[in-house]
Amino acid sequence: MDSILFIQLLNGLQLGILLFLLSAGLTLTFGIMDFVNLAHGSFYMLGAFFCASLTLATGSFWLGALLALPLTAIAGFVVEKLVIQHLYRRDHLEHVLATFGLILCIDTLTHLYWGPEGIAVPLPAVLNGQIELFEGVVFPTFRLLIIGTGCIVALGLYLLVNHTRVGMLIRAGASNRTMVSALGIDIKALFSAVFALGATLAGVAGMLIAPITEASIGMGNDIIITTFVVIIIGGIGSMKGAFLAALLIGMIDTIGRSFLDDFFKVLMSSEAAETAAPAVSAMLIYILMAIVLAVRPQGLFPPSSR
Amino acid sequence: MRWFSIVLLLILAIVPPVAFITGHAFWMDLFTRLVVLAIAAVALNLILGYGGLVSFGHAAYLGLGAYAVGIPVYHATYGGFDSIASYNGFVHLGIAIAVSAVYALVTGAISLRTRGVNFIMITMAFGQMIFYAIVSLETYGGDDGLTIDVRSEFPGINLDNPLALYGLCYGSLVLVLYLVYRISNSRFGLTLQGARSNEERMRAIGVDCYRYRLTAYVISGVICGYAGFLLGNFTTFISPEMMDWTRSGEIMFMVILGGATYLCGPVIGALVFILLEHLLSEITVYWHLPFGLLLIASVLFLRGGLAGALSNPPWFRKDRSSALASDTSTAASGTATKAPTRADDDV
Repeated sequence: MDSILFIQLLNGLQLGILLFLLSAGLTLTFGIMDFVNLAHGSFYMLGAFFCASLTLATGSFWLGALLALPLTAIAGFVVEKLVIQHLYRRDHLEHVLATFGLILCIDTLTHLYWGPEGIAVPLPAVLNGQIELFEGVVFPTFRLLIIGTGCIVALGLYLLVNHTRVGMLIRAGASNRTMVSALGIDIKALFSAVFALGATLAGVAGMLIAPITEASIGMGNDIIITTFVVIIIGGIGSMKGAFLAALLIGMIDTIGRSFLDDFFKVLMSSEAAETAAPAVSAMLIYILMAIVLAVRPQGLFPPSSR
Repeated sequence: MRWFSIVLLLILAIVPPVAFITGHAFWMDLFTRLVVLAIAAVALNLILGYGGLVSFGHAAYLGLGAYAVGIPVYHATYGGFDSIASYNGFVHLGIAIAVSAVYALVTGAISLRTRGVNFIMITMAFGQMIFYAIVSLETYGGDDGLTIDVRSEFPGINLDNPLALYGLCYGSLVLVLYLVYRISNSRFGLTLQGARSNEERMRAIGVDCYRYRLTAYVISGVICGYAGFLLGNFTTFISPEMMDWTRSGEIMFMVILGGATYLCGPVIGALVFILLEHLLSEITVYWHLPFGLLLIASVLFLRGGLAGALSNPPWFRKDRSSALASDTSTAASGTATKAPTRADDDV
């Protein structure tokens, strides 16, 4: 039982890391441009599809993922230039509608180019096995890679935002845009770069999940809502909040799905538990969100500058 | 605008029955769906247009209303759950309204504590919560959906007759429009609009905006749940897919496309939406692409929606100032309270 719990905790950590990669991009675009991007999940999907195609074309997952990175960034950059740029001054409702339109477009273009079927991504032998972490506990190597990559990206993002000149501009842009542009910073370029960075982060998440689930149309639309739950609980616009909330949600969702029926069986008849547990575990993170909001409407770690 | 609305309602009253009697049953189907979705859109407009509350989870009510028909019929046919098993339409209607009201009250009480983006995302998340809950209910088909074997039974009206069903839907639309018209001109409605335009002032004169918003939110949810009840009876096949968040986006698009804050705006929006959807999907299976592009274009260029463009055509505008004036009256399509804080946007 203990080793199962441990493995589920690792699975939860892995889901949390993925959610963090997604919510980091949303947090950046919201924190700095005050922009709500429903189409964020589309970059997650694009990352997965780019990686899948390139892996199949080059025969190497590493090369595929490496080449997919700049492609996703370019996709983000182009979308920002074509559509997003014109929306910054509009209100949130219009952001939501326009990016909803973007989702329809990107999903259909993906369908046109890659066809309706999902694409499975083959892994190199090194990553495809399992590792015995310690006596009696084995865990898939690739999931460990996801956790490792996520931690490296989180650290890199922390260093970028807090200890570089670009990061300083990002933080300054978040607290006072007018002042930053008055000081001679090209705010348009900064916005484009930040949007492309956010898209790339989502793309990385897509590349990491593609070998497990395969790249499929609409994969982004399911996870985007969970990502929203993460940033609502964390406090919208707060990177620290996004990180902690992502781990929390990852854990709770995974643990709920694996152990809730056992827990319910203690409380009620096993037949009732088997009906109720899936429904409740599917709703668990939303219930958590409702509780957090009822106590703290601004989220757990709201950014201080807003 | 008023005359246009009357003409629109007359068209909706005459065209579908004539199409049906002359043997074009397909158009009857299309219009029934249109009218039901128009009811949902009008309900959303009550809080979105008049209340400034951008709810992105209204498809959940459609689903709740539809399952309020589906589940009792399922149990009446296959046994179990005697307390709700019934073919009686009044039972279905009662459940639909009660469930939507309770759901709206609980989620509204929580989500209305927040503003702006948080509110959009939270309503979305709650909608998705119901979606996943229904998906996980294997008894009622889960992902695969549920077929409604018998339509709701009412004394004196047979819903299996498409003409009668359309009559019920159309009558409901007219009633709901009248209701929203009365609400928006009542003291309650004016308070709601005041809270949208300037919450601080409303608070300063002693109005508790939260209670007004919550009431409006519940009314809107109940009407939408009623639309779901009609939808369930119309399609006779229901699945969680009808309450996916993208469906909520479509209802919202109808409201904005037609023009929020215009009484008949959502009806125009639903009409254009359904007809476009039909025409484009006839041309190509990839109809989502032109549809998405049109959506983006309408956001970028068509402010105030079609109703706004009709009542104040671009070629009639003398100068920018009059266009601006019309913008402020229609800018309600969103978080109007945000305006003063957005001065730093001029970058």
